[in-house]
Amino acid sequence: MTAADKLTAALRSPKKAGRPAIMPYLTSGYPTLDGFAELVESVSEVADAMEIGVPFTDPMADGVTIQHSSHIALKNGVSLKWILETLRGVDNKAPMVLMSYLNPLMRYGFEAVVRDAAEAGVSGFIVPDLPFEECSILRESADEAGLAVIQLVTPVTPPERLKMLTKESRGFVYAVTKTGVTGGKVGGGSVTEMLDRVRAVSPLPVCAGFGIRSAAQIDELTGHADGAIVGSAFIEALGRGEDGATWLRGLHG
Amino acid sequence: MTALAALIAGKLPDGRGRFGTFGGRFIPETLVPAINRLEAGAKEALADKEWRASLDAELASWVGRPTPLTHAPRLSEAWGADVWLKREDLAHTGAHKINNALGQALLAKRMGATRIIAETGAGQHGVASAAACARVGLPCIVYMGSIDIARQAPNVHRMKLLGAEVRPVESGDKTLRAAIDEALRDWVSDPEGTFYLLGSAVGPHPYPWLVRELQAVLGREARSQMLASAGRLPDVAVACVGGGSNAIGLFHPFVGDTDVALLGIEAGGHGTGLGEHSATIAYGSPGVLHGCRSLLIQDDDGQIIETHSISAGLDYPGVGPEHALLADTARATYEAVTDAEALDALQQCCRLEGILPALESSHAFAGARRYAEKNPGSVILIGCSGRGDKDLPILLEAIDMGGK
Repeated sequence: MTAADKLTAALRSPKKAGRPAIMPYLTSGYPTLDGFAELVESVSEVADAMEIGVPFTDPMADGVTIQHSSHIALKNGVSLKWILETLRGVDNKAPMVLMSYLNPLMRYGFEAVVRDAAEAGVSGFIVPDLPFEECSILRESADEAGLAVIQLVTPVTPPERLKMLTKESRGFVYAVTKTGVTGGKVGGGSVTEMLDRVRAVSPLPVCAGFGIRSAAQIDELTGHADGAIVGSAFIEALGRGEDGATWLRGLHG
Repeated sequence: MTALAALIAGKLPDGRGRFGTFGGRFIPETLVPAINRLEAGAKEALADKEWRASLDAELASWVGRPTPLTHAPRLSEAWGADVWLKREDLAHTGAHKINNALGQALLAKRMGATRIIAETGAGQHGVASAAACARVGLPCIVYMGSIDIARQAPNVHRMKLLGAEVRPVESGDKTLRAAIDEALRDWVSDPEGTFYLLGSAVGPHPYPWLVRELQAVLGREARSQMLASAGRLPDVAVACVGGGSNAIGLFHPFVGDTDVALLGIEAGGHGTGLGEHSATIAYGSPGVLHGCRSLLIQDDDGQIIETHSISAGLDYPGVGPEHALLADTARATYEAVTDAEALDALQQCCRLEGILPALESSHAFAGARRYAEKNPGSVILIGCSGRGDKDLPILLEAIDMGGK
């Protein structure tokens, strides 16, 4: 079983049965460098999978919250090398995927980053500025190592492309629930309708992300999404000094 | 076929938007349908004779094209060369930026966009976009870094007068790069109705190609004007390079004239250390920013480094992918000149030719002067990309004008 397959399996059987799997997003090195390994460990007790963000100076798909956390983390001195070394030492209880803009990965080298990520226990990659047509540069190495390159689909993805992307994705399919950047809030019929469309064609679990903040929203996703990615709201809670694992437990209502 | 041969043969960018290994389309999935539509719409429009005729008519009657080619006898004498200026400073709104802004605004109208967004550094592209949007009747929002708003105040007022909304960008480095980030975020939020009027030859395919096609008018004019006025092509064509839109517009029609050297001048700021300059080709390395693979000013972790230039329009850590290829193949050479050299050349041009070039364009003058020193008697074509009126607040601080 590859790391990508294990990720798929974890999302198909969440710790809390009958509800979508919970996948929090953490900005590496935020709020502090020193506490990050411990934060990942404690969050992994509650989460079904984790998105580990690699901060970038120009996060064009992110709203103000993750722009801010990325900025702080970079000021704290975080680097991709540090992140992978830190993750290697973490006793994680949930699969991790690395969410990074392309340039830090490219600079590190695609073969090297796949090798070191695999050693650090990472199951796959989400690269928001790497559309499918360009992704072979990462995917060739990732496929070989059994790591997932996760494709994103959006409310404006045309039907044929949706089918192609869900087929080509590995691990899971990331359904971006709104046009726009991370943060804000989504809800209502248009979101569940979109998720139903994605799920109807996807051979993989479908995780909804962008604008998901609360237990009530996750309730609404039940039966429409296999997982919920919670980013900005979780980062805000960490920024307020709340305990990450406790806050996440609250998402189960 | 080598990449350079393909470029000369008009085969680049290729089907994937590449100039050799540079270019491409590194964008969020949300923008993929919009970028596909833009590429199809732009190709269709540029191949449509009627549309091109309507663009040419607007370029003639509203922009004032063709802009003159001016002989510069006193600079020629001072430098020991034969100096010619392509006068984009005389185009409507005061810089070459209008060629692209008008073309894209007409394209947006044709494609049924309801709203236009743009980014700006020095404010020249913002002013050009505001004017072009007013002309075609579309609302215009311009993202501009708060540092640039402070140093290019006259252009901010012009944009507002022309009916645009100027949105200050406080994130990132608060200059052109952050303004592009913010414009992309806006576009991701409304990819169906919004048209992103990108101002330089950077960004995801089709922008580097589209901007080049719309700016090449200045190089085509300059080439035929040189033949008509000087009776020959220049030994060298010199242009300043930030993202590189005026330089690619000037260079592109000369790429096949292998006897004509192409010299791009980047902003050397006040030093060669990271953060002291914006000279991407001189000091950068390959990477991906703002949707395209090109050369970047970055650190060992792939983080983008803040740049410096006295000229806001050159203060950008990337460069257009076609320039990256021209540099890679050595068809063009790129050098950096410092803030001080640019300021000195600006004053010399003012006093000897009665022309106040923009700070950006002054880098080209400084680079041309250096070329003349090494190549006495040569025929030099300078892209005078814009006029310097907008730079008065900076010039008042930087130049001693004998009391306030």
